[in-house]
Amino acid sequence: MREIQAGDVANIVARLFEHSCHYLPPDVIIALKQAREKEKSPVCRDVLDRILENVEIAGKEQIPLCQDTGAAVVMLELGQEVHITQGDLYTAVNEGVRQGYDKGYLRKSIVSQPCFARVNTTDNTPAMIHTDIVSGDRLKISVLPKGGGSENCSRLTVLTPTDGRQGVIDFVVNLVDEVGSNPCPPVIIGVGIGGTTDKAMFIAKKALLRQVSEPSPDPEVADLEGEILERVNNLGIGAMGYGGTVTALAVHVETFPCHIASMPVAVNMQCWCARREEAIL
Amino acid sequence: MSKKVTLPLTDEVLKDLKTGDNLLLTGVIYTARDAAHKRMVEALDQGKPLPFEIKGATIYYMGPTPARPGRIIGSAGPTTGGRMDAYAPRLIAEGLKGMIGKGSRSKAVKDAMVKHKAVYLGAIGGAGAIVSKSIKRAEVIAYEELGGEAISRLEVEGFPVTVINDIYGGDLYEEGKAKYQVKAS
Repeated sequence: MREIQAGDVANIVARLFEHSCHYLPPDVIIALKQAREKEKSPVCRDVLDRILENVEIAGKEQIPLCQDTGAAVVMLELGQEVHITQGDLYTAVNEGVRQGYDKGYLRKSIVSQPCFARVNTTDNTPAMIHTDIVSGDRLKISVLPKGGGSENCSRLTVLTPTDGRQGVIDFVVNLVDEVGSNPCPPVIIGVGIGGTTDKAMFIAKKALLRQVSEPSPDPEVADLEGEILERVNNLGIGAMGYGGTVTALAVHVETFPCHIASMPVAVNMQCWCARREEAIL
Repeated sequence: MSKKVTLPLTDEVLKDLKTGDNLLLTGVIYTARDAAHKRMVEALDQGKPLPFEIKGATIYYMGPTPARPGRIIGSAGPTTGGRMDAYAPRLIAEGLKGMIGKGSRSKAVKDAMVKHKAVYLGAIGGAGAIVSKSIKRAEVIAYEELGGEAISRLEVEGFPVTVINDIYGGDLYEEGKAKYQVKAS
């Protein structure tokens, strides 16, 4: 058994949220620069220039990249040889969120009751925590400050097996077309196919943790990603929906075995401001 | 090339603004998001005054991050305008002239913009650090208990926006997309 103190977890979570809201991952910045090179519309090239300028200012002047510093999504991979001491794991994660959002001057965007009073919890807790138990004696913590604008454009459906590959493509492309400028394109599209409905949405979100434009290791899935990306970019939506040739930076598809009667498909939409960070304890 | 526009937006100013124009706004704007809009429309229903003069006003759909010590405001980019569609036609009829946000609007809002002469201006979603640089003064004037959703009066200088919907029925999202769409062969 390896011991990890709850306080260390809280400190790391706080640091990850504060840092990720000011600095985009390098692969996202590269993808935005490539989009700037590829984009044919001068209006959208101008938008991408300003987006890249925003990235510079955020880091240099310590102003969050976006005012929507998100719901605090935390994905944990907990080695089964780890023992958390001096407190429990989820309390520690939430304490980290509380500290990170306070010290980082991040916006607190969580309300206690979704459909009644909607009173702000004032510390951005509770975090949305997902835990995988894995082998080993490490704890991997990934954080995704997830903005409401793109999350609102996410969608879940259950297709039939006969809908097949084409059904998946049509569902994703039609959704991107329908939501247009709302999710702050150029977007990263997380797609989860298979499992039960809950599993499909979870793997769609998990797909957003992948390095941008790193294709699936499965050639069939990678091919599907490429085709969806091309179809999406043919929609003409462009950066911020002003009309252009780059509507998505990447499509990441994850799959999971499913029931003989079903083919759940989930789309988790991510704005260009794709903040994520991870640490291993 | 950006056009410099001094607020408030009058009909005289609006007549020269066209879909796709880049503007730099200078003057006073008010922030309001979902919760503040709900309260304003409730106030109108009850015959109560609004927290600011709506005639000629420009509303920015925005809830900032907290300001660091010594700063005027935090990150201050736009939120999705579509969520305010249920309230916007009412406010436009009361004299609202400008809305700043991101994302498309409903037909009812677009019709109201043409009928009463008002515009919808797009700011770059996610680019809240840039916008914060053009805000020179910020003061919460109503619904303070809503925190980040309170109404603030902002003085802006050179706030960069793009005309999405003009008073002639133009729509940048539709026109831009039509230009770059690749039809399936």
